[in-house]
Amino acid sequence: MSGARLDRMIWLALPAVAYLAVVYALPLLWLLGRSVTGPDGFTIAQFTAFFADPFSWRVMGNTLRIAFWVTLLSLVIGYPVAIAMARARGLMQVMLLVAMILPLSIGVVVKAFAWQIVLRRDGVISQGLVAIGIWAEPQRLLFTEAGLIVGATNVFLPFMILPIYSVVKLIDPRLTEAGATLGASPFYRFRKILLPLALPGIVSGSAFVFSMAVSMFVIPSLLIGDRFQTLATLTGRSYLLMRNEALGSTTAVILLVIAVSIVVLSTWLSKRVGRSL
Amino acid sequence: MTGIERITSALVWIMAVIAIIFLLTPLVVTVAVSFGSSAVFTLPPPGWSLRWYERVWTTRGLWASLLTSVQIAGLSTAISLVLGTLCAIALVRGRFAGRDAIATFLVSPLMVPGLVVGIAMLQGFKLVGLREAWPSLLVAHVVITMPYVVRTVLASLSLFDFTLIDAARTLGCSYGQALRKVMAPALAPAFLTSGMFAFLASMDNYPVSIFFTNAWTKTLPLQMLQLVEERPDPTIAAISTGLIVLAIVVLIIGDRLVGLRRLADF
Repeated sequence: MSGARLDRMIWLALPAVAYLAVVYALPLLWLLGRSVTGPDGFTIAQFTAFFADPFSWRVMGNTLRIAFWVTLLSLVIGYPVAIAMARARGLMQVMLLVAMILPLSIGVVVKAFAWQIVLRRDGVISQGLVAIGIWAEPQRLLFTEAGLIVGATNVFLPFMILPIYSVVKLIDPRLTEAGATLGASPFYRFRKILLPLALPGIVSGSAFVFSMAVSMFVIPSLLIGDRFQTLATLTGRSYLLMRNEALGSTTAVILLVIAVSIVVLSTWLSKRVGRSL
Repeated sequence: MTGIERITSALVWIMAVIAIIFLLTPLVVTVAVSFGSSAVFTLPPPGWSLRWYERVWTTRGLWASLLTSVQIAGLSTAISLVLGTLCAIALVRGRFAGRDAIATFLVSPLMVPGLVVGIAMLQGFKLVGLREAWPSLLVAHVVITMPYVVRTVLASLSLFDFTLIDAARTLGCSYGQALRKVMAPALAPAFLTSGMFAFLASMDNYPVSIFFTNAWTKTLPLQMLQLVEERPDPTIAAISTGLIVLAIVVLIIGDRLVGLRRLADF
């Protein structure tokens, strides 16, 4: 076992690293570089122009608002479901696992298409809400923000549940029993034992869902249409339809900055959570 | 059990049932519509028919796009499995600086918006003169599939006891035999799980592929989106039902080979 042999290990890592450096990192850096270069060298003119336009702020608002609601809704549904998955046995466990994994394996186009049918005026949700008397008459959810949030939550929910499940299933049930024996109330046990131990999963699940919701492209184009623009749909449109590369690269860089901030923030948060335990 | 505990426990189970229904809704709707006789997606359908399945056979471009997608997904997953596993071995066994950074770098395409990766690559490929759709798709999809392989194989390798290889060699195996008979079986579930997710991610990719397809070379998601936009009839539901059946078959095989619980170790 010589040191030389171990150092040579780096050659095994090289093909993958070199591949991603050339095909992925360099183009990203080039995109970043071009977005801050004008005819006379360094400039942030593209960004000042973008942020001077009230339309841009509406697009930013749309993007972050939708992503926020999708993440919140996923968390509210996902946390109890992750707990159920960790406790479930037998048929219930199989059902939960299948419901989690099967939708992951069919395409997002298929799912968005199905939600187009469900969210129509004569769709299942509208009919159901009328039947139980919440709505007086059938309403269309398709091409509304609410419809988009429901559809996107449906697509991203597994990415909230699975990270929380992977943490929650490791929690020793004796910890809460010990808490109960020592006289802690159920709420106190939840706040002081269950929640802190589940937090790393909650943080990584939320980061996942939020960043996917910010950058989703197919789901909004099918569920809300062109009149509602997000950063991602605007980026796609400006490259594919409007041939406006300046606008497209500006919004792409903003998307990239948001994605990187989410990673940095969630890493920092989970480290903090880890230390406070 | 106190009263509050009983209520929260009941809530957890109710939520689980709601979530199962919610998650399976798009699948059930798709299957139901595909067997309906109506062209306007009424649920429940007025009658049952197989006419949309007959349409699938005659839909132009569909089979070509399915073939393209399977080729790209299969090849890019294979390349990622080889490069990603080599790299994972280096990261677990090596003693060089920056191993964490390398791991983060290789998994990072998961966190960067697909559109941004696609645009950056589009410009990069243009610069070096790569214009053909098929090779561009393949080169791009290796970046999409790599994170799944590196993440899962790395996690699995860090639990692998490398002294087993030394033990196998003491017992008379050559180095190659030891790798094949001891390490490969231990890593098989990781290969299978990561390979499956990588393959599916590539098959389902839209935001990167859209920049590298043209009228002749399309991937399945792009072809299907075009169908949804141009001719929204239940043919698309029939195709989707086919994909759902395929996914169920893959899941059953996956369950037999490594177990459903293992697949959920996301």
